[in-house]
Amino acid sequence: MAAQPQPQPLAAPQILPEAAAVHWRPRVDEARLRRVGHLWTLTTVAHVVPFTLAAIGLMVLQPLALPVALACLAHAWVIPELYAQRGANVLRSHKRGSDDSERRSVGLLGDLVGHDARELHAQTGLLTEPGRLGIWLVGEAGALLLPFGERKAYCYCVKVDARHAEAATLPSGDRIAHLLLALRTDEQGFATVANLSFAGARWRVRRRLRKPQRPALAAATTAVERDPR
Amino acid sequence: MSKLIRMDQTGHSTLAEWTIEDPEAVEAAVEAFRSELERGYMAMVSTGPGHAEQVRELPIDADLVILRLPISGG
Repeated sequence: MAAQPQPQPLAAPQILPEAAAVHWRPRVDEARLRRVGHLWTLTTVAHVVPFTLAAIGLMVLQPLALPVALACLAHAWVIPELYAQRGANVLRSHKRGSDDSERRSVGLLGDLVGHDARELHAQTGLLTEPGRLGIWLVGEAGALLLPFGERKAYCYCVKVDARHAEAATLPSGDRIAHLLLALRTDEQGFATVANLSFAGARWRVRRRLRKPQRPALAAATTAVERDPR
Repeated sequence: MSKLIRMDQTGHSTLAEWTIEDPEAVEAAVEAFRSELERGYMAMVSTGPGHAEQVRELPIDADLVILRLPISGG
């Protein structure tokens, strides 16, 4: 038998190999995250303020323009809500596999996490995972990041690469385990590879999540607020 | 007993099991490992709570080696 090589983990700090496919993106770190968060806030303000001012102006100039003013206010409300909906969609569940494959995949996932995370997954279908940037909430096709010291949620769309035929047939637990292992390998790389769908107030995202998923966001919020960072 | 598993449509499949004292089982595991890497899988080992590492050679002393597919932004 040929001599077996000793385990050779890649040199630390490890970079997620998938990050090479998005080499033009700056690597996400705390400063970049905050900058992107501010940009999203500015975008929201740029949508809300003009419509709100227009509604007020119309009412001051011509009270009969009430319907138009209300339409302006509706726009000011709906546009950020649509963005938040896009963010919440990253945690949507996908088609289920067979009961047996689902059970096996959830069993493997359970081996990778602690008791509390297992319980939360059984209840909500989502996992919480502490990281250096914040607390992550990992779903089948995306993840939410609640950064330390912020009240925002960053919604990332990321999933098993669909160019691999096997990706479409993976059961839910495996989809989450793929993302979890990538996240644990290189958190910043994970956030770089993923597409940011939304960054904004947690309450906006919470409203758009399915009810059974909300306890997971509440648990992640509690965890991030407990952390002194 | 160490295990090499692949996440797939069945939930997961055990591709190889070995102990360091069994060179034939190790060799079979190394072959299975390389073959999956050639198919585009990535091998991961847990390195403590909340940490994982990608490996390009089979770590024969690891308890569990998990093969995953690459991820991409959706």
